[in-house]
Amino acid sequence: MRGATANEPSRSALAPVRAVFRAVVVTVVPDAKQLDEPSWLALEELVEDAIEIRPPALRRQLQLFLHAIEWLPVLRYGRTFAALGDEQRSRVLRYLQNHPVERIRCGFWGLRTLAFLGYYGRPEGAHAIGYAPDPRGWEAVQRR
Amino acid sequence: MKRRSYDIVIIGSGAGGGTVAQELSSLCRDGVRIAVLEKGPKLRDEEFTGREVEMAGALYEDGGGFLTAEQTMTLAFGSAYGGSTVVYTGTSMLPPERVLQRWSVPGLTFADVEQRARKYMAENNVHLLEESLLNENNRLFVEGCRRLSYRVQQFPVNLKGCRGSSLCNLGCPNQAKQGTNRIQLPRAEQNGVEVVTRCDVQRIENRKVFARVSEKAEGNKGEPSPWEVGNYQIDAKTVVVCAGAVNSPALLLRSGFGRSLPRLGRGFTCHPAFIMVAEHDRPITNAVGHPKSFYLDQFAESDHFLLETCMYFPFVTAKAMVGFGEEHSRFMRAFSRLQMILVLACDEVDDHNRVTVGGDGHAVVHYCFTPEAIHGLVQGAITSAKISFAAGAVRAHVPVSHSPTIGRADAVRLDQIAKNPEFKTGKLSISAAHLQGGCAMGSGPQDSVTDSYGRVHGVPWLYVADSSLFPNSLEINPYLTIMALADRVAETIRKNMTALL
Repeated sequence: MRGATANEPSRSALAPVRAVFRAVVVTVVPDAKQLDEPSWLALEELVEDAIEIRPPALRRQLQLFLHAIEWLPVLRYGRTFAALGDEQRSRVLRYLQNHPVERIRCGFWGLRTLAFLGYYGRPEGAHAIGYAPDPRGWEAVQRR
Repeated sequence: MKRRSYDIVIIGSGAGGGTVAQELSSLCRDGVRIAVLEKGPKLRDEEFTGREVEMAGALYEDGGGFLTAEQTMTLAFGSAYGGSTVVYTGTSMLPPERVLQRWSVPGLTFADVEQRARKYMAENNVHLLEESLLNENNRLFVEGCRRLSYRVQQFPVNLKGCRGSSLCNLGCPNQAKQGTNRIQLPRAEQNGVEVVTRCDVQRIENRKVFARVSEKAEGNKGEPSPWEVGNYQIDAKTVVVCAGAVNSPALLLRSGFGRSLPRLGRGFTCHPAFIMVAEHDRPITNAVGHPKSFYLDQFAESDHFLLETCMYFPFVTAKAMVGFGEEHSRFMRAFSRLQMILVLACDEVDDHNRVTVGGDGHAVVHYCFTPEAIHGLVQGAITSAKISFAAGAVRAHVPVSHSPTIGRADAVRLDQIAKNPEFKTGKLSISAAHLQGGCAMGSGPQDSVTDSYGRVHGVPWLYVADSSLFPNSLEINPYLTIMALADRVAETIRKNMTALL
């Protein structure tokens, strides 16, 4: 993980927005509610690696977008995103997904993609849905 | 700045660069010095693990998620020894005669391209996969098409010793795909061509190539570059640019050639695509066997779409479907019962769609969906769902519908969806892997970048040999056509050796 030293800011893009990011992930992939802490760390590491190769501006946009998701529901529900129930969280994300402004839809698409990357990109996430490829192909199937 | 000197420098090692390298390699016997500069790494056979995120990061530019400027589509292209031929499925199609006629490039005939393409079909062991190796994901597509009286066809593929891992798009773990990494590049190296991996070319200036060789980061896959890390000036009497439809135009633009070539970067097409998913009521063989064995092209001219069988991996599949939450997860949990079809739009050249260079020097791809491309994607999605239902699927995910999950009993709704589709860019997951154009062939600098032999107009020592040469969409999988055009370029260089060297 990307930690911070005393004199150096954290290289983690998710650290400042971790709580809302996790709230988004469990809304996007409800099965993520079952993850234990080591699994969350593995999920977040995949996401951090994906962000690291992108331009710094994109990393800032992601943080800004997550901050907006956290605080905008206060206007409507009087609570932050992380404090909302499942149905209300889904409603907020559906609103972003179908937003009339293309940039906002793209922003949500990017965030959703990161959630899927972290969850299904882990070998455990892939195995959990029964995906178990084998380089031996047909031979492996016949042996099962 | 370190210096090197060669007679011929080839930039890129995919279908274009690998072919040019092989075809020129016999010149090494006469003392001609040839180098291939490849940005990506060369992986050892045992490093092809088939793990989705790990392999995508090792073999694709931006992990396969290169975003367009509008952020409404991702582009997938290889960055490795062998370029995109490491990560395709080996589908090997002759170019359609009607398309080459429509291109009407002076000096380029269908007969010539076809003859050259056939040479590489033989060289790369192109054949139809035997029936016993076809999985149910492919068989169901055939069954559905036949029930609807569609003219489904089998893909010729360039495989040798395929074990059916289904991992083609992550680099074959059994080295069965006969890409340039297996055939043309090793032959070129045997004949004396040097291949320099991890070598990123920044610009070209009057027979000089400026490049940077990077180190292998700890934990990354692949062999270190044969050259020391650092900046290089490489003198070359002839330069052949084969960096693909994104990076070839970007390199030439960075090098200032855009001033005399107004069409440079223009004419980019890519067969924008999405994945259609349908669930059956029983497990099917989908994650085993060659993933892409059949296609349907009868609607390419009338409705601007192609359908191909496909099978992707969990993350890509999750990303490909619209929506999220329980409805999305239900499809994912049914992974072993999923049938997948790739819908590709046959897009046409549009003035907006082009490659430029950003302030940091990197390629920027501008792409908006034309009405024809949108029509192709919508009609392709509807047709795919019909095929899946005809094959027995119980529900389908139709991304262009307001409610994407369509049950079998509700299949009559498909025609209504076709009349009133929801095509929201930024909501749909659209990606493309058939990247074409940007350095188009033609008759002169006002309409193109090169002549029909890949010679850049007005620059006699500079050639292009990759899919960026296509003046418009090819409407099929492009790699064999790229090899045929690269073969023409190599032959032209050989014929003009005295003047060039």
